[in-house]
Amino acid sequence: MGTRWKDAAHLIRPAAVFILGLVLFAILRGTVVPPGFGLYGHYRAGALDENRMKPVRYAGQAVCADCHTGEVAARNAGSHRTVSCEACHGPAANHAEDPDKAKPPKPQIAALCTRCHEASTAKPAWFKQVATRQHYPGNSCESCHQPHSPKL
Amino acid sequence: MHTIPGVEGFMYPNEVELQWSILIVLYPYITGLVAGAFILASLERVFQVSAVKPTYRLALLTALAFLLVAPLPLQLHLGHPERSFEMYLTPHRSSAMAMFGFVYLWYLMVVLLAEIWLDYRADIVALAQSSKGALRWVYKALTLGSMNVSPAARRVDDRVGYIITVIGIPSAFLLHGYVGFIFGSVKANAWWSTPLMPIVFLFSAMVSGIAAVMLIYDASCRLQKRLVDMRCLDTIARYLFYVFLIDFSLEMLDLIHRIYEADESFRSLDFMVQTRLFTSQVVLQILLGTCLPLALLGLIQLRRFSGTVRRRLYVTAGWLTMIGIFAMRWNVVIGGQLFSKSYLGYTTYKLEFAAREGLLSSIGLMLLPLGILWVLVKLLPPWEERQAM
Amino acid sequence: MDPSRRELLKGAGKFLILGSAAAAAETAAAPTAAPTPGYDPFKHLWGMTIDIDKCIGCGNCVRACERENSVPEGFFRTWVERYGIEGAGQEHPKVISPDGGKNGFPPSADASAKQFFVPKLCNHCLDSPCVQVCPVGATFDSPDGVVLVDSTYCLGCRYCVQACPYGCRYIHPERQTVDKCSLCYHRITQGLTTACCEACPTQARTLADLKNPQDPVHEFLRKNKVQVLKPHMATRSKVFYRELDGAVR
Repeated sequence: MGTRWKDAAHLIRPAAVFILGLVLFAILRGTVVPPGFGLYGHYRAGALDENRMKPVRYAGQAVCADCHTGEVAARNAGSHRTVSCEACHGPAANHAEDPDKAKPPKPQIAALCTRCHEASTAKPAWFKQVATRQHYPGNSCESCHQPHSPKL
Repeated sequence: MHTIPGVEGFMYPNEVELQWSILIVLYPYITGLVAGAFILASLERVFQVSAVKPTYRLALLTALAFLLVAPLPLQLHLGHPERSFEMYLTPHRSSAMAMFGFVYLWYLMVVLLAEIWLDYRADIVALAQSSKGALRWVYKALTLGSMNVSPAARRVDDRVGYIITVIGIPSAFLLHGYVGFIFGSVKANAWWSTPLMPIVFLFSAMVSGIAAVMLIYDASCRLQKRLVDMRCLDTIARYLFYVFLIDFSLEMLDLIHRIYEADESFRSLDFMVQTRLFTSQVVLQILLGTCLPLALLGLIQLRRFSGTVRRRLYVTAGWLTMIGIFAMRWNVVIGGQLFSKSYLGYTTYKLEFAAREGLLSSIGLMLLPLGILWVLVKLLPPWEERQAM
Repeated sequence: MDPSRRELLKGAGKFLILGSAAAAAETAAAPTAAPTPGYDPFKHLWGMTIDIDKCIGCGNCVRACERENSVPEGFFRTWVERYGIEGAGQEHPKVISPDGGKNGFPPSADASAKQFFVPKLCNHCLDSPCVQVCPVGATFDSPDGVVLVDSTYCLGCRYCVQACPYGCRYIHPERQTVDKCSLCYHRITQGLTTACCEACPTQARTLADLKNPQDPVHEFLRKNKVQVLKPHMATRSKVFYRELDGAVR
């Protein structure tokens, strides 16, 4: 039995190398895994907050309504009541933060109106559409329609 | 009509660009060579096919050389290679990809390195005593400090080596079947999603690995101007023929099943095979890369040829096989990304030349294992004569 | 501080955090705002409802998303497709989405085909194939049901892009990590709606909190014929479409 053990003794060495590797791995794993990993699930819990900390660019209708009461009232009374301010005026969080410093650019009315209202058979039938080539060509939309309350 | 260059029909807008490049073609190709070479080596060890003995050690070293390179294409393709260690730190158990690192390490450390070490121990000890200079220290380190190569110790080595080979065969199956599962388990992709994928990958791996060892054996004999053992070549080629037949049957089964079932994806995939994949799938993979080598290998089984002719036919069949299996990997990986998941359109893969994921790095990655093999062969000569020395 | 600004701040008391977030937007790309205290992710379950009958294909949502989330050119967190189906060609629809529908669609005068628009975004599936395949946990389901990306942890292996049946993911060309719709997680966790919903002129898209019993989503689901995209994928998508045609894929 003694000789058999001696003849297999060299196998301890690769086994030791292997176990050393495992131990090193276990130590490394214990120290390098980011904190909070696995708190809620298989991910870094901090990633939740990081996803929340991104900057907001569209302030939201409620913020616009806080100051621009007249325009919002006109809008609410007309057919554009579902259209938020920033749908046409663009993102305004900067403007809400400092109204004097940042102002949303004036909308390009013609492009803006036609993007929604240009007639197309693909659009739902209930939606108001005009073929701009036939609909008072040469006149701008706002010469007749008030964008905040477009009904004539 | 709005058109995007290279796109035909409709792709979801984020689909236009391919995600997995030629490097991901190389990944299953190289791991396949590893698994195939190892299984060939185990033929001799476990199944007592003594005719393939001359290639036993060469096959092991080939498997090691390719295994060392196998993770490189993956690494090179990552957007953040420096984060790849996360796969070991926080492997996601539900991910088919997360376990690759562990399967890989298991195969490298527990199977291949252990088996090679046990088999070469007597040589290593002899070389540690006979060589000089820095090389002596390399061999000394490789002995891991044990100089006991008594017949009794060698018997223990042989016994343990046998056990490791027995463990190694399912491990080789696992390594490559697993690579197939990475693709076969993607339910979003109709071209990939089939339970046959791991099995097809496995058999094509054996085909390519056996062909590769056959070619390397033949080339090494030519380079060293030594006589090739025709009995060995004949046996390897016969196994190649059998395994190739199984592989071909499985692939045809997959094809016939798809054609007959003709599910929602069929029209789209069929059109892709008829057009964008025609050269690589029908011409390279099926006709030149499978039917022709199968016919050559089959012919040799049926008719008598002289040794020289047989050898030439084997080399021809071997190269065609290598091309065919590469084309198969290409068609799986690239083909699976050419069609839209809406089944309404197709995009184009633009293979770059000198880019990180280009042709040049791919050629480099294919030559690298051959370079490593050259070093390994110099360091641990697999030839029988030396062994007897 | 001028009066209008003071008034604004007073009026927007409940949006104080928004203010600081906006400040962050001004100063640098680096996020500095603290997350809203008091938001409990375990008390919400976010999704979206989309009414095909209301979509006019204006592309407002795509533009708003791009501006809110700095979406790189040529990639889309949300996009709009236009379907056209001739006669019985239900299985062979003609679909276009020029530049993701960002600038609307060319007008069509084809009265013989059935046509409609389909806005798309991440479905925030409950059984997400993308989360399943991520090898390291860099993409995950948040407790409130949003599929998010940890871009500091993502390897860029692209397996999730392959696994998404809907084509919602892409690799951010500069960050080299995966990117996708976050359902404007930075907005919805502080009481705002998503940028796409905010900018939609017809309210075709509506943010939904499935855990809030007062949310109109419950009535929407009860009263309408509702479908999700690719139901055979069984991903438990949380983007619910009203009047979705069977041809849509």
